[in-house]
Amino acid sequence: MDLTLKVWRQDGPGKPGEFREYEAKGISPDSSFLEMLDVVNERLVEAGDVPIEFDHDCREGICGTCGVMINGHPHGDQKGTATCQLHMRKFNDGDRIVIEPWRATGMPVMRDLIVDRSPLDRIIEAGGYISVNTGGAPDANLIPVPKPAAESSMDAAACIGCAACIAACPNSAGQLFTSAKLAHLNLLPQGQPERYARTIAMVETMEEFFGSCTNHGECEEACPKSISIDNIALMNRDYIVAKFKDRRKAGQR
Amino acid sequence: MTTLDAKVPAGPIQDKWTNHRFDMKLVNPANKRKYEIIIIGTGLAGASAAATLGELGYNVKVFTYHDSPRRAHSIAAQGGINAAKNYTNDGDSIYRLFYDTVKGGDYRSREANVYRLAEVSNEIIDQCTAQGVPFAREYGGLLDNRSFGGAQVSRTFYARGQTGQQLLLGAYQALARQVSLGNVKLFNRSEMLEVVLHEGRAVGVVVRDLINGEISSHSAHAVVLATGGYCNVFFLSTMAMACNTTAIWRAHRKGAFFANPSYTQIHPTCIPVHDEFQSKLTLMSESLRNDGRIWVPIDPDDTRAANDIPESERDYYLERIYPSFGNLAPRDVSSRAAMRMIDENRGVGPLKNGVYLDFSDAINRLGKDVIEARYGNLFEMYERITDEDPYDVPMRIYPAPHYSMGGLWVDYNLMTNVPGLYAIGEANFSDHGANRLGASALMQGLADGYFVLPYTIADYLADWLNVKPVPTDHEVFKEAEQEVDGRLKQLLSINGTRTVDSFHRELGKIMIEYCGLARSKPGLEKALAEIPALRDEFWKNVRVTGTEDNYNSELQKAGRVADFFELAELMCRDALEREESCGGHFRVEHQTEEGEAKRDDVDQAHVSAWEWKGFNVPQAHHKEPLEFENVALAQRSYK
Repeated sequence: MDLTLKVWRQDGPGKPGEFREYEAKGISPDSSFLEMLDVVNERLVEAGDVPIEFDHDCREGICGTCGVMINGHPHGDQKGTATCQLHMRKFNDGDRIVIEPWRATGMPVMRDLIVDRSPLDRIIEAGGYISVNTGGAPDANLIPVPKPAAESSMDAAACIGCAACIAACPNSAGQLFTSAKLAHLNLLPQGQPERYARTIAMVETMEEFFGSCTNHGECEEACPKSISIDNIALMNRDYIVAKFKDRRKAGQR
Repeated sequence: MTTLDAKVPAGPIQDKWTNHRFDMKLVNPANKRKYEIIIIGTGLAGASAAATLGELGYNVKVFTYHDSPRRAHSIAAQGGINAAKNYTNDGDSIYRLFYDTVKGGDYRSREANVYRLAEVSNEIIDQCTAQGVPFAREYGGLLDNRSFGGAQVSRTFYARGQTGQQLLLGAYQALARQVSLGNVKLFNRSEMLEVVLHEGRAVGVVVRDLINGEISSHSAHAVVLATGGYCNVFFLSTMAMACNTTAIWRAHRKGAFFANPSYTQIHPTCIPVHDEFQSKLTLMSESLRNDGRIWVPIDPDDTRAANDIPESERDYYLERIYPSFGNLAPRDVSSRAAMRMIDENRGVGPLKNGVYLDFSDAINRLGKDVIEARYGNLFEMYERITDEDPYDVPMRIYPAPHYSMGGLWVDYNLMTNVPGLYAIGEANFSDHGANRLGASALMQGLADGYFVLPYTIADYLADWLNVKPVPTDHEVFKEAEQEVDGRLKQLLSINGTRTVDSFHRELGKIMIEYCGLARSKPGLEKALAEIPALRDEFWKNVRVTGTEDNYNSELQKAGRVADFFELAELMCRDALEREESCGGHFRVEHQTEEGEAKRDDVDQAHVSAWEWKGFNVPQAHHKEPLEFENVALAQRSYK
């Protein structure tokens, strides 16, 4: 199939960028979206040009490295699908495809389609863990976990950290990402001792980088792992409870 | 040729690790903060080691070329992690896990390392559970297990089809905690391009910032490589696009021995290649073989759709040839059986390059809901890629390169022959012999990082108390920086006519043809003639566009492919030298009448470790003899 691509090119962080058009001819419908970009890039190099830079790695939809806006939709408009798992058979011959990086103030463009997602690491560093040092853990079966809790926790833990939720949000809010990690840990018995401290630390770190949630629900639509916005409700509840639980701290703010 | 000493402690196998832990030197808690440790890579091994060493109080610097530590390819492991918990009451024990792993590795691994691995496997499950890894549960709230290839017990713990992801996130979160506490300094988008030695020991690394191209040196008391496997030498493999050999190859060029490079695993259940633009292959978890049945049509000319072929005209060849293990025969055995079917022209699919993996019996027996709960995400992934629904039609699968058992030679302490340089996880060679069993990679990565290296590294560090690391303005660092910079400039200046990918693709074709599932003397000799010629053309005719001082993926790839050429040559030499078939290394000259691998335990029961002698000079061959005091050597049988 023959396609026309309109791609965001930007030479580096803080540099001006622009859209440029490329022809992508003779693309196999069985190719993945990124394989299509590979073909375009190989041709660019053959012509002596600089290829379009994009983040990618596992190409199995699990590492969360890839992700671009395709015709205005994060990861394209196939539901529950990361960019690397999107295949060209979902497009039509002759299509014109607009490809942009994630757009959010908290995630500046580093080059072309590559953005800086390190704020997500900062949110995890703030409290997205259970504080147990290596060694000394009790036998695993001493901590029974009700199956429904384990399942709900796993549903949230499936987040791949790609940041499509933030790119999809009109406010560039980081609620779905943050709440997914909180739900993963806060639903488990192991996560209870730090539940409320964790919630406050992660939510407040999130707010340093990203906007506020106004319940658009675009994040869940865009999520390649279909993480539910129910997690945001759980996060908001835990955040309020946390504030009541620690009134001394609340009074200081 | 010298004989290598693995420094395996004396005593009965059950006591070796316990005694060794007592015998090793310690660094007291107050002194730990005087040490600097560099870790390259943040997969299961690297992240778990960085977190644990940070918790102990060492100053750790950890480097990853990804934007976040959570992206490492450990994340893509699907099926599970083995442990000898015997929660299922089916007769498992540490000794049985040890025995199965030595046997599964076709008796080419080091007994003492494997026993230690089995020994700490239980602690890994405890640790990960305490961290909040959401393993699958029974209704009573206890942990669930499933079966994997090469074992007759259920000892595999799992988190849906995303076990690697959940274990990596556990290790990543432990690492993030140490970063926030200031014990670990994280450098993302930083690629290690040289190991630096001073007076024969490892003292630091040179890294390149991938965003602005800046080259910098970092110095430490010890350097740990946790940089994964090298199957991308085949171009098409199940490994992530960036997986490469550069870190361990740079170490090899600085004197670290490379062990068993030809031991690579071809995984039986991957989605077949569809066309030449394909960039990588996708694995379908081995766990699918718990419920899927593998078959091909009996008649090679059968062109009917799978569902139209009646039972009587199907050949469930694994169940037929290996009745006791059936569809759960180990990976090397299953892959070769699939290859034989395809060679007999009984392959399926448009290119006749696959075999069926059929779930209809399991769906009829258990219901679609149960199958969906077990494998839902895998079925969805398959559907995305092939546009076929595996609930209705059988999957098509084909063997593909998946794991490299070979790697840097390490002793019992996981230290290479270069003092102060360690290799852990897939980057070393130590635990899987000639074939890795399913659900053992995650076990090894975490064993090395959480429970082995943190003990053994102290034994080395203790001797360097109050000795400052070599400063980074020392000439050894300046020379290494110039070397790195010179190499990048050379790649950019060639300005030839062919892309990096075109060379990589061609190299991959040579390797899969002559050094893949089946290897022969004439084939390997042919490869050994073709690879250097292609490498020479690469250095004359590659075209790398862009600049050094900017994000440049072509330049990154070019450096990695340049190292793959040298590795590929060594793999072929190693395969040629090893006159036997064992595990993933199948020499057509050495097979039984039934076409099974035929080992030579008299002349070949050793580890081959290769020493770098210079560019275009053959490596020197060293051997570590393998002694089997606990497991009797036998022809592997899964019948």
